[in-house]
Amino acid sequence: MIWLDTLIQGLMLGGLYALFAAGLSLVFGIMRLVNLAHGDLIVLGAYLILGIGTATGLNPFLAAALALPPMFALGWLLQTALLNRVLGEDILPPLLVTFGLSVVIQNALLMGFSADSRKLPVGPVEAQSLPLGPVNLGVMPLVTFVSAVAVIFGLNQLFYRTALGRAFRATSDDPVTAQLMGIRPDRVFAVATSIALVVATIAALYLGARANFDPATGPARLLYAFEAVIIGGLGSLWGTLAGGLVIGLAQAFGAALNPEWQILAGHLAFVAVLLVRPRGLFPRAND
Amino acid sequence: MSALLQLTALTAHYGDFQALFGVDLTLDAGQTLAIIGANGAGKTTLMRAITGIARVTGGSVVLDGQRLDRMAASDILRAGVAMVPEGRRLFPSLTVEENLRIGAYARQGGGFWTLPRIYDLFPVLRDRRNHPGTALSGGQQQMVAIGRALMSNPRVLLCDELSLGLAPVVIREIYAAFPAIRASGTAIVVVEQDIGQALKVADQVHCMMEGRITLSGAPASLGRAAIHDAYFGVRQA
Amino acid sequence: MRKVLLPLVLFLAVVLLAALPVIGSRALVQDLFMVLCLLVLALNWNMLAGFAGLVSVGQQAFVGVGAYGMFACVILWGMDPLAGLLVGGLVAMALSVPVAFFTFRLNGAYFAIGTWAVADIARLGISQWKALGGGTGTALPKGAVQDMPGIQAIRALIGGSKAAAVDALTYWLALALVLAMLVASWLFLRSRMGLGLQAVRDNPVAARSVGVDPVRLKALVFLLTAFGTGLCGGLLFIQIGRISPDAAFSLLDWTAFVIFITVIGGIGTLPGPVIGVLVFYGLQRLLADYGTVYLIVLGLIGIAIMLFARRGLWGGFTQRTGLDPLPLSHAAPRPVTPTDP
Repeated sequence: MIWLDTLIQGLMLGGLYALFAAGLSLVFGIMRLVNLAHGDLIVLGAYLILGIGTATGLNPFLAAALALPPMFALGWLLQTALLNRVLGEDILPPLLVTFGLSVVIQNALLMGFSADSRKLPVGPVEAQSLPLGPVNLGVMPLVTFVSAVAVIFGLNQLFYRTALGRAFRATSDDPVTAQLMGIRPDRVFAVATSIALVVATIAALYLGARANFDPATGPARLLYAFEAVIIGGLGSLWGTLAGGLVIGLAQAFGAALNPEWQILAGHLAFVAVLLVRPRGLFPRAND
Repeated sequence: MSALLQLTALTAHYGDFQALFGVDLTLDAGQTLAIIGANGAGKTTLMRAITGIARVTGGSVVLDGQRLDRMAASDILRAGVAMVPEGRRLFPSLTVEENLRIGAYARQGGGFWTLPRIYDLFPVLRDRRNHPGTALSGGQQQMVAIGRALMSNPRVLLCDELSLGLAPVVIREIYAAFPAIRASGTAIVVVEQDIGQALKVADQVHCMMEGRITLSGAPASLGRAAIHDAYFGVRQA
Repeated sequence: MRKVLLPLVLFLAVVLLAALPVIGSRALVQDLFMVLCLLVLALNWNMLAGFAGLVSVGQQAFVGVGAYGMFACVILWGMDPLAGLLVGGLVAMALSVPVAFFTFRLNGAYFAIGTWAVADIARLGISQWKALGGGTGTALPKGAVQDMPGIQAIRALIGGSKAAAVDALTYWLALALVLAMLVASWLFLRSRMGLGLQAVRDNPVAARSVGVDPVRLKALVFLLTAFGTGLCGGLLFIQIGRISPDAAFSLLDWTAFVIFITVIGGIGTLPGPVIGVLVFYGLQRLLADYGTVYLIVLGLIGIAIMLFARRGLWGGFTQRTGLDPLPLSHAAPRPVTPTDP
């Protein structure tokens, strides 16, 4: 029975990691950009939700909805003012710029909010659970998991069913020819990063509702998210979900054996998957 | 009759290398123009300069009174110049139909060319609409590339090396679509190393060599010998 | 004139630095020890990222493993710390073999993530080593460090306490390591292999077509820099005296700072890290009282450099002045040009 419980916990945790990773996966799939500041942007989103909630008295779910437009705008600004200027053949400038950004965001949050850890007050729903056969399933983990699947499904629809999605894929394939179609790659990238930050805000909601966070929380979560993206297969959104689940399951089972092994087990699963499948679980055909 | 597209003293660079040296060219509405020349004559750079992909370093490109030579490539497409790039360059992540649809990405309002009309023009594509674009044969890929460019309903269609790497029978099949394209009112510029097909469809021929236009005229008025000399760089006395 | 001046200035600078423990305060020696160690790490990271194109954010793995290797030698096997230092460096280099095997499968930017994950694995793994204090860490026995060879002689020379002599010794070792790294880098970069490496960086396809094997060259650089980084890790923690997994595997201290130093000074240039570490130290002194502001400023400078001057201060200097006192390329044979009419 304990194993079934661990399995379910692992899946729920994996859903959270998939949420962290979805924005990264989208951005990487379109512009080959590895955003080292993504984790810190999620934490920034959590503080924004907290701030809106405190100022208006709204519950975190509604506060998160209000946080979506400013985060979308931030994504646009970030891409047009900063990232579009460094994208190119050389991978070093975008890596270093997002790395610098990560340090700046972290320390700006530290100045603004101190190192105290915070939590988003979601109310009684936090303690509720559903009996599911022999195990109890927490309502919040379930909502997180369902949200993750919904986000991945939504992004996938966007990517494969809409004109914008076609523009995303065309620009990713061949930015020069995309311009001949009237596509402005800079704008396509800006939209992509804005969407990634909208997803990051959703991730922030569940991050803050599940556990305490502080300004330094970003990088560790970012690492799990990247692991999910990589073992999922670069640019595959469903792969990212699968990758998140693998990391989540490994961490849950590791923790069940010995609480100190939780993180280590996740990392080892990452290494193991890549040793067996160097291109991840669901690699894109043309890469 | 006023010119639709007017190039004046156009110079362009390919990296540090100057590829065009003061090209003057006039394209009238409804006209089909062929630019021929050997490999490296500057034909592709000319196409890329007009569409905003190569850097224009001097002179001007004017479409119906509108300066194009400082606009971004995406805006030049919006202004009404579409290109079938050398090597087709279909998007591998997109299906045939998606490749066609993305041609209409920037289009506002209607126009003659629609998805059904493209499929009427190249019926073979209709059956393969859900295949990845790059899974098609070279000739079919070329049809997709032409259809994709037409989907923006351009006023000027530039075709770069349509026949490159294709068998003669396939080349004939592709050029068979030209009367319908002309009938839709689109002016056409074809760039070719393969002189035969280009001369058949063109109202006007320009030979290029080393970044300059060395010979111009109607195909009938220019002797084959003169074209041959201009192509290979043999100067007439 | 210039040909004589530059080596003379450099020589005087080295003599001055070497004499510092005798003439300067102990606090200054400790400060500069840290600066020199960061410079060693930066020189290593610059070789990796600037020349071999291996953008690692996991070099703290080798700092930590080098340091823990040294600690294990001293605490578990009673070895001399200086011998432990060497063992630590070798262990770091040995570790780099499987790490390279794994991370070299990851392309471009994902190599960075792979190295980061590996560093976290190393940190968590070492945390399980109870004999060395597990997650909370442990300290070097006082006697072990103060009985290192040469301590008595140094005490006689500088006339201070045993602890001051330890500081002086580690400082000199760090200085020696910097000089060795500089000379080795310069020789390597001007060697056939080094030129091959720069060719790979500038154009991988062309380099391969002239017979340079990029993977082997990169693996070699990865191994050697792991050794240098591991040695530096051991040295750092001889001086610090106390170790914990979080301190030894700190991303901020041993990789983030090092990246900023290299980027500010000029990535892919040999003098870059030297310039960068001077700027870094200056900023640190200036903003010492504002820890977070300091980091924000550092991050903003790093971003600005990438936006406006990718080759950093040194790259900007050589570009603007056309001077390169330390050229890495061999001069092309002087072309025979007819004199102008």
